[in-house]
Amino acid sequence: MANPLTPVLTKRWTEPRSWTIETYERTDGYTALRKALKAHPDQLIQQCKDSGLRGRGGAGFPTGMKWGFIPQGDGKPHYLVINADEGEPGTCKDIPLMMADPHSLIEGIIITSYAIRANFAAIYVRGEVLHCIRRLNAAVREAYAKGYLGRNILDSGFDLDVVVHAGAGAYICGEETALLDSLEGRRGQPRLKPPFPATAGLYAAPTVVNNVETIASVPFIVNGGADWFREMGRERSPGPKIFSLSGHVTRPGQYEAPMGTTLRELLDMAGGMKDGIPLKFWTPGGSSTPLFTAEHLDVPLDFEGAAEAGSMLGTTALQIFNETVSVPWAVMKWTEFYKHESCGKCTPCREGTYWLVQILQRMVRGEGTAGDIDTLLDVCDNILGRSFCALGDGAVSPITSGIKYFKDEFLALCDQNSKALAGANA
Amino acid sequence: MTIAPDKSTEIVVPEGHVKLVIDGLEVVAPKGELLIRTAERLGIVIPRFCDHPLLDPAGACRQCLVEVEMGGRPMPKPQASCTMTVADGMVVKTQLTSPVADKAQQGVMELLLINHPLDCPICDKGGECPLQNQALAHGRTDSRFHEHKRTFPKPIPISTQVLLDRERCVLCQRCTRFSAQIAGDPFIELLERGSQQQVGVAEEKPFQSYFSGNTIQICPVGALTSAAYRFRARPFDLVSTPSVCEHCSSGCAERTDWRRGKVQRKLAGDDPEVNEEWICDKGRFAFRYATSDDRFTRPMVRDAASGELRESSWTEALQIAAAGLAEARDAFGVGVLTGGRLTVEDAYAYSKFARIALRTNDIDFRARPHSQEELEFLTSHVVGTSPENGVTFKGIEAAPAALLVAFEPEEEAPIVFLRLRKAARNKKTKVFHLGQFTSPAVEKTFGTLLACVPGGEPAALNALPEHASDVVDELSKPGAVILVGERAAEIPGAFTAVAKLAERTGAKVAWIPRRAGERGALAVGATPNLLPGGRLVSDAAARTEVERTWGVEEGSIPAKPGRDTNGILMALANGELDGLVVGGVDPFDLPDPELAEQALSAAAFVVSLELRPSAVTAHANVVLPIAPAVEKSGSYLNWEGRRREFGTTLEGTGALPDCRVLDTLGVEMDADLFTQTPAAAAADLARLGDNVADASAPNVAAPLLSPPKDGQAVLATWRRLIDNGSMQDGEPHLAGTARPVVAKVSAATAEHLGVELGGEITVSTVRGSVTLPVEADDLPDGVVWVPTNSGDVKVRNLAAGHGSVVKVTGGKA
Amino acid sequence: MTQAQETVFEQDTVDKARAIMARYPQARSALLPMLHLVQSVEGYVSQAGIRFCAGQLDLTEAEVSAVATFYTMYKRRPCGEHLVSVCTNTLCAALGGDAIYAKLKDHLKVGHEETAGEPGTPGSITLEHAECLAACDLGPVLQVNYEFYDNQTPDTALELVKALQNGEKPAPTRGAPLTDFKQAELQLAGFFEGRDADLDGPSAAAETLRGARLAQEKGWDAPAMPENAEFPPIPEKK
Repeated sequence: MANPLTPVLTKRWTEPRSWTIETYERTDGYTALRKALKAHPDQLIQQCKDSGLRGRGGAGFPTGMKWGFIPQGDGKPHYLVINADEGEPGTCKDIPLMMADPHSLIEGIIITSYAIRANFAAIYVRGEVLHCIRRLNAAVREAYAKGYLGRNILDSGFDLDVVVHAGAGAYICGEETALLDSLEGRRGQPRLKPPFPATAGLYAAPTVVNNVETIASVPFIVNGGADWFREMGRERSPGPKIFSLSGHVTRPGQYEAPMGTTLRELLDMAGGMKDGIPLKFWTPGGSSTPLFTAEHLDVPLDFEGAAEAGSMLGTTALQIFNETVSVPWAVMKWTEFYKHESCGKCTPCREGTYWLVQILQRMVRGEGTAGDIDTLLDVCDNILGRSFCALGDGAVSPITSGIKYFKDEFLALCDQNSKALAGANA
Repeated sequence: MTIAPDKSTEIVVPEGHVKLVIDGLEVVAPKGELLIRTAERLGIVIPRFCDHPLLDPAGACRQCLVEVEMGGRPMPKPQASCTMTVADGMVVKTQLTSPVADKAQQGVMELLLINHPLDCPICDKGGECPLQNQALAHGRTDSRFHEHKRTFPKPIPISTQVLLDRERCVLCQRCTRFSAQIAGDPFIELLERGSQQQVGVAEEKPFQSYFSGNTIQICPVGALTSAAYRFRARPFDLVSTPSVCEHCSSGCAERTDWRRGKVQRKLAGDDPEVNEEWICDKGRFAFRYATSDDRFTRPMVRDAASGELRESSWTEALQIAAAGLAEARDAFGVGVLTGGRLTVEDAYAYSKFARIALRTNDIDFRARPHSQEELEFLTSHVVGTSPENGVTFKGIEAAPAALLVAFEPEEEAPIVFLRLRKAARNKKTKVFHLGQFTSPAVEKTFGTLLACVPGGEPAALNALPEHASDVVDELSKPGAVILVGERAAEIPGAFTAVAKLAERTGAKVAWIPRRAGERGALAVGATPNLLPGGRLVSDAAARTEVERTWGVEEGSIPAKPGRDTNGILMALANGELDGLVVGGVDPFDLPDPELAEQALSAAAFVVSLELRPSAVTAHANVVLPIAPAVEKSGSYLNWEGRRREFGTTLEGTGALPDCRVLDTLGVEMDADLFTQTPAAAAADLARLGDNVADASAPNVAAPLLSPPKDGQAVLATWRRLIDNGSMQDGEPHLAGTARPVVAKVSAATAEHLGVELGGEITVSTVRGSVTLPVEADDLPDGVVWVPTNSGDVKVRNLAAGHGSVVKVTGGKA
Repeated sequence: MTQAQETVFEQDTVDKARAIMARYPQARSALLPMLHLVQSVEGYVSQAGIRFCAGQLDLTEAEVSAVATFYTMYKRRPCGEHLVSVCTNTLCAALGGDAIYAKLKDHLKVGHEETAGEPGTPGSITLEHAECLAACDLGPVLQVNYEFYDNQTPDTALELVKALQNGEKPAPTRGAPLTDFKQAELQLAGFFEGRDADLDGPSAAAETLRGARLAQEKGWDAPAMPENAEFPPIPEKK
């Protein structure tokens, strides 16, 4: 049984000047790379598969399998693209990771690129995090200077170039195909799948798109092995995971614990609810994952556990709200976010979020009716699973889960309205 | 497609096909087919907006959602049938059998309508609007949307001919995808994001595409409308008649919509062999010339006393014309210039009229620079080719490589350009352009420019094996094509070099003239050396065959080839010919308009068959009004040699086709043409049939070019699609999308000639000069390019052409 | 037009644009950084900036406009010396983000993406409300020129903005010493020359290190790695 906290990715963060290559090398940095470059690329893919590592960007797709989809010997260039477009409300793990320990990501990139036979990798970072971009750029320069990047890396014959690419403010670019279009200098709108990025990704060539936390885990798996990785977490969701606690907790912050840790356990470590005001609702993995309530304190937070309890693990961004927060208001705010970030490509998401926001705003103003709740749910039903990409699905999560657990609060807003109407009629 | 009548019959699935079930019906479909098409073949129409069979799938509107089961497992979400391809064992349920699909479609329809204005009663699309129709068929009867609709200022012009109403737009991206994918003109794009997303253009950069009108046609709502057609008619008040475009040699299928005897608009017809579903803006918008105020409606004769034309009866005009022509014929003879815009039937009437009424071979359809070499090439390589044995649109699409010689496809035959682009984009056809600079068409066909000095084309072609063997290798692959344009007639040796290259490589050659009537005129012998059906004038047996079929006296067709256009004009000017019959020729299109003017002045008797006043009618003794294309039937032979028949769109206007007028005129001259109607003319021509002579390829050596002297440059020139052509008259919206009138030189030439780039340049010959803005481009040094007939630039008035040496100075003259 | 463009974007910008293009296997990938670059020159993406990018990348202006209008970080009007972005997404808003934004709006007398003061002049400030800035454990957060100011209150935020207006540059909680919006945009375009000292700007807040420090205190660690973890055998090709 692993400890309550298992700092792996976050361990180096406490080092002085943790972001420099000197610190990194002093703390076993780039040892995994030396080891990996001596292995056959397919061994690395197999090891990743064996480790059970699943994508940390939200969807939880098995990473080794994704690498294995890249056709080999196809004569095309291959690419690795790091999705560092962290923008899901509540999610705040990748940015601190890249600021504190950029080299773990870069080492992971080199190993992964070697495994999938890519000679160009891009780190697509959202543009609003300048300090992070600064640190990444410096780390890439350091890695080039030390021969970890560029031609004939560590005399292995392997070449790799890495570019740090700043986004420009669009949540949808966290969707991997939108990210690829954006990286190609286009509007960040999702692409049709198939073809999937593994066959036609960046510049229509085979491409792996992975999240920061996923790739930063790779050097540790190479050094520790698949079995070591599986000592943490649960059978189908192994490994450590950075849980980001935010909101009404005493000590919000980043807690790296084994997959399957519960909010109750995390809250204990974080000093409980702030000022003792009871928990009302929380997101297990960002605003696109359906809300949980105090009922769900003991749900094991891994991919299966969250799903079985009716939500999703997402990015383990635990936004914690106490009893002072109005659910319809919170849902309205999130819906405003989705409306703002909808890319506009497909009808359900573009028009649906436009409509939902107006209904919710009206309800929060106290001008709603009980019928509005039915309309909300039906419009959500017409968006969920009908939109082009998952943004539409995410957009309806707060609404449907908010109404599921807190319908009374929505009805209460309408009650005010009927009273006002009654008064007006009198 | 196969539908199983009962389950016991085993359906055979051919190689490359799959079997699936849609709404309970088993169907076999080719791999890769989109579900929405397979369903459509079964008669199941799934509603859609963004889907278009000729555009890459988008999956944007989500209107076509269906339920899909694969391997016995239902997919968790409804799928867009416009993006999903068929698979073996797939079970598909559309809105007809799936409540989930039906609800999904109704939901999307409701969402599409929440921000759609309720202005159907004043919308041009009303009555033919896919949104309106599908909302009626699949939508709710009421609206649950009680919030604020999104509004935009409406409409905004995105070019002089296309207006954009963003409130009506459903953001299906058909217009932007068409422009980016099909036309290669990404001047119209999605702007902004989310619910503010909208179609638009860049500031001060209008939607200047020769194909912009197609976006109006494929817009599934009334978001894009035509400035020319706006508020003119309701679709249900219009009569639609299939027609064929009268402008270029592509022969596009069109649909002409008219009301109360007046054409209101033209739309692209659907012909996969030719224009697919696209037409150019000239074909779509340039039809008002036929209704201009100055059109001749009555015959005119020149009043002896006043010297002015006056209206007359047909009887009087025909009598005067017949008498005058007979007299001229019997003196020194009469020449016939037919122009390049006639139908096959009308051109045939001229050809026959020349031979039996005027007893001459002095006939030529080429109202543009031309050469004997060209005629020999047309005789040896073009006449008689057809889609069965020659180059076709589909052949271009399948070609591994295409070499374009003296041919600017986007300007001269836009639909050929679209096919070239499609081939290059989808099938990686290599396109080589032998020309002078990287024109937009070179870029948009992903082409390679083989640059040469005007006149240097033959030398360049001859040098390909030595200097560009890769081009020769590509052209040697089966299916490769060489496309040569009418400008080659201005380049001595060009046709010879093309013929040689074709022989060396085995590439098929196509001649793609600019005008709709040229191939037809060639086929019916409206040339000095050919009789109808590719027969040589000089071939006695062929003459006899024609004479017998026509029922005229043997030996009545002169055995000697006649004069070409220049020859006819010179002969008139020199008094070696007396009379002239002209059908729709603009003297300013001729290589030397001054010579034409002299010829017309010198001619003793001129009969003009015309629509509207021209420099010819100014000299004509008799003007006989004829019908524009829309008021007659007939056919064009397109550049493929494909017959493009069309019926009369506007019946009963009283306007007569040329063949009818000539038939009556023939009667007055005791010659029976049997061309009373286009149908009669066609039948008469069919009786004759083809009998294409073997003819040898031209053999003209490329002259040695001397470099231009100080202050001179070699002129490169060709016509633009939208220019001063008289058939574009009366359409200011179209004219507004013409490309800017500029000259082009290389930066080095500009410096050498002392021309300031971005300033003005003056190009002059002994005949005069023209001044226009100048910009740099990648032309060979010592070359200046100007458009042939745009704005104030009328190259023919300078008696100049492609390859002429001209004087060039910076600034104004 | 051409004249104006030449004066706005000098050779240095052209050189930088080319350097961006050289970073990528395909030049068009340079468009987003290049739009940051033109913004670093003009303080917004002007029509001239769009024309510049179109010219460099051989795109139409419509194609560049399509991209420039998609992303919120490309500003359509000239920005102030500083861009102040207040997170008003749900969590920050609940913790006080909405109040912060309201207070700043009141003080600056501007709305979203509006500028107090003459754009580009010292002390001028463009205000915006922003979506989640990925610093939720430090909320409510705001940014000045994309550097983080964590755990704000309406009062601290007001104080900060007043200082900015007075020409002061209070240090961010996490990030490099403050410059201005244009300089930040230049860095987003990937140009950091002469800014090595910026790297040492603080990054790890107490919140960031909470888990790691708690584990240290408690002596919790991940399981020990084996001495020499071996790779699996090379899988056989299927």
